[in-house]
Amino acid sequence: MRCAQASLEWLGRWVGIRRSVCLVVNAESSRLVGLAGHGVKSEDVELFSCSMADDSDPLVMALSRPQPTSFRSARGNGHAAGVPPVTPLGVTGPFVAYPVRGARTPEQAHGLLLVRTGADAHPDFAWLASVLGHKMEQIRGRGSLAEELRRLRRERALFYTIINSVTDPILLTDTEGRLIVANARAERLFASTEEDNEGRRRAVELNNMLFSAALSRSVVDAPAEARELLLVDPSDGSDLLFEVLSSTVEDPREGTGIVSVLRNITDLRRATEQIEENYQKVRVAEAAARAERDRLNLIIDSVADPIIVTDPGGATVLMNAPAEELFTVAVEAPPSAQRYVQANDAHFSSFISGLLLGESGPGEVRRGEIALANPNTGDPIPVEAIAGKVTTETGELTAVVTILHDRREAIDRARLFDQLQVASAELQMRVQSATAELATQNELLRRQAIELEQASRLKSQFLANMSHEFRTPLNAILGYTHMLLQGVAGELLPNVKRQLTRIDSNGRHLLTIINEILDITRIEAGKMPMQIVEFDLNELVPEVMAELDPVISRSKLSVRPRLAEHPPVVQSDRQKVKQIVVNLLSNALKFTHQGSIEVAVALNRAERAAAISVTDTGIGIAREHHERIFEDFRQVDDSPSRQYGGTGLGLAICRRLANALGGRITLRSEIGEGSTFTLMIPMDALQ
Amino acid sequence: MSEQNQPLILVVDDYQDAREMYAEYLQFSGFRVAEARNGNEAVEQAFALKPDLILMDLSLPGMDGWEATRRLKADERTSQIPIVALTGHALAGASEGAKKAGCDSFVTKPCLPDDLVIEVRRMLGAARHV
Repeated sequence: MRCAQASLEWLGRWVGIRRSVCLVVNAESSRLVGLAGHGVKSEDVELFSCSMADDSDPLVMALSRPQPTSFRSARGNGHAAGVPPVTPLGVTGPFVAYPVRGARTPEQAHGLLLVRTGADAHPDFAWLASVLGHKMEQIRGRGSLAEELRRLRRERALFYTIINSVTDPILLTDTEGRLIVANARAERLFASTEEDNEGRRRAVELNNMLFSAALSRSVVDAPAEARELLLVDPSDGSDLLFEVLSSTVEDPREGTGIVSVLRNITDLRRATEQIEENYQKVRVAEAAARAERDRLNLIIDSVADPIIVTDPGGATVLMNAPAEELFTVAVEAPPSAQRYVQANDAHFSSFISGLLLGESGPGEVRRGEIALANPNTGDPIPVEAIAGKVTTETGELTAVVTILHDRREAIDRARLFDQLQVASAELQMRVQSATAELATQNELLRRQAIELEQASRLKSQFLANMSHEFRTPLNAILGYTHMLLQGVAGELLPNVKRQLTRIDSNGRHLLTIINEILDITRIEAGKMPMQIVEFDLNELVPEVMAELDPVISRSKLSVRPRLAEHPPVVQSDRQKVKQIVVNLLSNALKFTHQGSIEVAVALNRAERAAAISVTDTGIGIAREHHERIFEDFRQVDDSPSRQYGGTGLGLAICRRLANALGGRITLRSEIGEGSTFTLMIPMDALQ
Repeated sequence: MSEQNQPLILVVDDYQDAREMYAEYLQFSGFRVAEARNGNEAVEQAFALKPDLILMDLSLPGMDGWEATRRLKADERTSQIPIVALTGHALAGASEGAKKAGCDSFVTKPCLPDDLVIEVRRMLGAARHV
């Protein structure tokens, strides 16, 4: 108003306008009211007020005209429509109405400048009107500014409420990344105060750096694209992962800014990672399960017995290789094989159905025998089937596992076992009967042995007695004969003496026979005691020759000893060795008519044996008689009219004695070639 | 050599032929001879006559030669008299049994009278040396 008054006064002073009025549009009352007047009474200014609703009023019309409106006739105090109120500005004088417009809203006039002038267009009028318009606009603007401010504040508060209510941080930054606007969430990340601790301030600083870097990249690389940004939670230092969506905003006054919305995807990432991890776990578990299954397959395939897994419906789920041989067949297989497989399948199905239809229990096992057949050969394969149910924890049947065990071997074994048992029983019976028989035989033998022993003892006793009984009279015969020959009864006639000599020699022969029988009896009865002494065999030979000297002298044979070089000392029964050698030499003398006899002594140290051999140039002995001559009462010639005397017991006794000494007698002889009898004895009879 | 100085030989044998034969030949050979037919007679004669040597047949009726020998050897009056056992038992053990009973020597029948005299002389010589 003051401004309008001043403008009007400026107009009066400088342009020479004595009367002018300024009208202004009151938007609230929708009236055109007088604001100031120059050269016009203030009450008269009021006269120019009119309603804006009256379109016919020339002043209202002047407001909407772009050009100034010239009024020729003055109007009364607001009377007479179409006639401008001229009175206050001069009763007769014309005036011009300039619309007062502002620069911002040139289409709408703020008021009118009424100037009492004759000239239509004075440049100062238009200039003043524009200045007034500008002022009025300013004043008018200032008038709504408070309200505008309130509104703005409300809007700003609302804006902040809205953006703060968004859980995601939202930021407006300049292109350098400097913070212009941030919501509360964003401030927690990117703003710090002096009171905050250092850790938090550093975190905020770091976040700002990270964000700026990300932002610059984002702007340069791909503005519309979402980017991931790892920030630090200033309150606890933990990592927070955000997805940043930035968009550039252009503002004429503020310049280019960047609005960024950060979405916390930390949990999302964690969840993703969790899912990833779980997926990996599932993969690992699946791989393990597959490996397990493969291993299981390998195991069941390596089981020699067929294994079949069926589902609750009876359909085969799994079978191992041995089972496949029984229950599967190649398409090109012969029809017989197809039939056998079908038959096997039918047998197995009926077995399984029995289990499936029966009571269901986790521990239930069904056993049965199934007669299957080898599909290729048709050979019967009796199997023992053992089927077990596989159930879930809730007892629901999931599968049936059946193992078929080939019973052929078992049957074979059982058969063999039976045979074995029969054979064993038979054998046992045989053994028992044999044992019984053996026992009987043993008993018989024992009795026989006892009887034999008794018989032997009786025989020995008998022979001993007989010998005694023989000797007693023989003793008298030989004794008296001897006495007569000694001349106890005086001189004897030569013929009597010759006859007595015959009695004597026959008596002696009888005595020899009796003694030899007694010897054999004693040897056989084991009653020939050994007297082992150490002696020299070389010394024995002359003794033997001396004993037989009368015979040797009579024979006219040359009897030569051939002694051992080293003294052949032996441990043996001297008397018995001598008896044998005497016997051998007397035999040699008896059966040799011409030539010589050699008695040789030799030692075989390697065999620890000594040998005395008697070699003659006599009649010799045929090979077939070599054994016979050692038998009792035997000579080569057994006939009653035999040429050579003797009991026939000599060699039998010699052989027995040699055996008793641990030695033997050997013979080398041919008819007419002479004979060599050799006594071999161990050097130590005790060993 | 007067008859009283000849050694007295007691011949004990139950077989008369043998006893008288040995007795006759011993007398022929210059010995004095007494005879006994069994063990009891032998012991009685030995105590009574104190012979210089006894020829003792072992198989005797009643008291046998072994028992008679044991008795005579157990009595100090006769223990010094040499006893020569005579037996037809040639089986082993006969001589051992005789020696165990106390016989000083052992002769197996048949024994020629000549051989017996040789043995008697040998035993008497040995006794005289003792």
